[in-house]
Amino acid sequence: MTAVYDWDETRGAEIIAEHAGQEGATLVILHALQEAFGYVPEAAIPTVAKALNLSRAEVHGVFTFYHDFRHKPAGRHVLKLCRAEACQAAGGDALAARAEAKLGVSLGNTTADDRVTLEPIYCLGLCATAPSAMLDGRLIGRLDEKRLDALVAEAQR
Amino acid sequence: MSMRLYVSRDAGAVAVGADEVALALEQAAAKRGLAIEIVRTGSRGMYWLEPLVEVATPQGRIAFGPVTETDVPSLLDALASNTPHLLRLGATDEIPWLKRQTRLTFARCGVIDPRSLDDYRAHGGYKGFERALSLGPDAILNEVTASGLRGRGGAGFPTGIKWKTVAQAKADRKFIVCNADEGDSGTFADRMIMEGDPFLVIEGMTIAGLTVGATKGYIYIRSEYPHAVEAMNAAIAAARRGGYLGDKIGGSTYSFELEVRVGAGAYVCGEETSLLESLEGRRGIVRAKPPLPAHHGLFGKPTVINNVLSFAAIPFILAEGAKAYADFGMGRSRGTMPIQLAGNIRYGGLFETAFGVTLGELVDDIGGGTFTGRPVRAVQVGGPLGAYFPRALFDTQFDYEAFAARDGLIGHGGIVVFDDSVDMRRQARFAMEFCAVESCGKCTPCRIGSTRGVETIEKIINGERVHENLALVEDLCNTMKFGSLCALGGFTPYPVLSALKHFREDFVPAPTTLQAAE
Repeated sequence: MTAVYDWDETRGAEIIAEHAGQEGATLVILHALQEAFGYVPEAAIPTVAKALNLSRAEVHGVFTFYHDFRHKPAGRHVLKLCRAEACQAAGGDALAARAEAKLGVSLGNTTADDRVTLEPIYCLGLCATAPSAMLDGRLIGRLDEKRLDALVAEAQR
Repeated sequence: MSMRLYVSRDAGAVAVGADEVALALEQAAAKRGLAIEIVRTGSRGMYWLEPLVEVATPQGRIAFGPVTETDVPSLLDALASNTPHLLRLGATDEIPWLKRQTRLTFARCGVIDPRSLDDYRAHGGYKGFERALSLGPDAILNEVTASGLRGRGGAGFPTGIKWKTVAQAKADRKFIVCNADEGDSGTFADRMIMEGDPFLVIEGMTIAGLTVGATKGYIYIRSEYPHAVEAMNAAIAAARRGGYLGDKIGGSTYSFELEVRVGAGAYVCGEETSLLESLEGRRGIVRAKPPLPAHHGLFGKPTVINNVLSFAAIPFILAEGAKAYADFGMGRSRGTMPIQLAGNIRYGGLFETAFGVTLGELVDDIGGGTFTGRPVRAVQVGGPLGAYFPRALFDTQFDYEAFAARDGLIGHGGIVVFDDSVDMRRQARFAMEFCAVESCGKCTPCRIGSTRGVETIEKIINGERVHENLALVEDLCNTMKFGSLCALGGFTPYPVLSALKHFREDFVPAPTTLQAAE
């Protein structure tokens, strides 16, 4: 389960200060903020910029370039389905469509009850046990309809 | 004496239940009062047999697999009473799929405990570094050059020349950067070696630092690989404790420090200059070359940037000598390549072998064809930017030049197998879609070309002016190929054009339909 916390300026400043001394720290800090808050709150951007002596535009540019950084909290569970070629070859297309139908959302979206975020991922490196998935950091290989249904049910709980 | 068992902690094994099997073994053994010790290794790379359980015997390790939790009680019975078991595969080293490989880089992967520096050293670890220390930079460069090692990330640039350029550069600081942004679908060798033999990567990078005069290195690992990040961080901490990182390493006067940095889901950051931008904390926008990273790399300093597998090949070359490595291979592709068999394949996994093996041997013979049992129709070699090969080209030898001669590339050595249910129009469209999503946006052919490519292939799929649009796609591919700044836009045409060329029937309506229309 992914924990989400409201932006807390003091805690945010601590996290930023902890990493600001490293060379090229922007990504390190954004990762750390997301780890702590479950996403990167908009309010954090100017604070990061100030700490690293960068413009807000620069930090915003980095924040928006990378797929990983969340602009708002994810659902309580995040189900990622690998959509890259090796998983496509092993029946991943049909499984992705099945997950979308079961959850009632398309890839990249969160269910209305905020329980599950369904996301595509481009390669978990489990290409010899394709298709693969990740539920809140737990890896699942050799995905089939039965396993997928169990994952979806687990995520909806 | 307790019985010693080996269960992989590799992400690919964990994804199919290795943790559950290890736990079940512990619990079942405790219940029986059976003393066992479980060593969590990397993977042997035979993924259809994972979770693989091995047991140490005086005659060597005996393998069982694929083991599920429910098999555990009967497995322990068989082990305790030394009786046969249905999942018994015999001596691990004698399994034909493993035995016919030439494991130079992956020799220890699946064998040792990746958390143990002592185990690494007991299996020949740091021998290469010790010899490197005694040789000195010039002689190391000669060895690396003579080995014929070429960049294993895909570009195939001679590693010795790259290192020499950095060694000759004058600067107050130099860097070693390991590209572990293994984003290509169908590839997992970097992940496996980082999880299964992380000290090897550390040793290779340390030798690089010693050679070129760099004292700091970064390993840039993609965020999709949390297990590899954890394994590398644990190994770096252990190497530091053991005196193999930090000041005056291994009793020498030389210092070297390593740090892991985690990517953030951008495929383009596997391109070396984009990776450097990302390491510096910026958007992963590709840099124009020249200047080369060897002259003007990380933070503007001379930088050796190599793929994980390139660094991982170095300790063997130094320990056993350049000739021992260069004796394997063909033409200008020397040594071995860790090839990854993936997708719809029966015997998928990591197969390290000398260059020169044919695509057909790899797919049909070693890979055993598809797991769906349907005929193999297409294989994509070298990741999302690699060409689709039909059966007619299965005599192509695994070699940088042989693949280039057939408008393909070996890339990072991944082979993704598709059966006859594949629709090559969809695969061609996906190649353009992926490029459109992942383009850094710096150059026009990649940024706009990929989007126009998606639209045009979409029209072909809908049957709109098919021949005209096919000609347009080919023209567009030429623009992207010759006009893009890096391999993302430059190589996306490979899967598209190869699909058009070798699988034309998927794009053009069958002649009978045409006649009917006329």
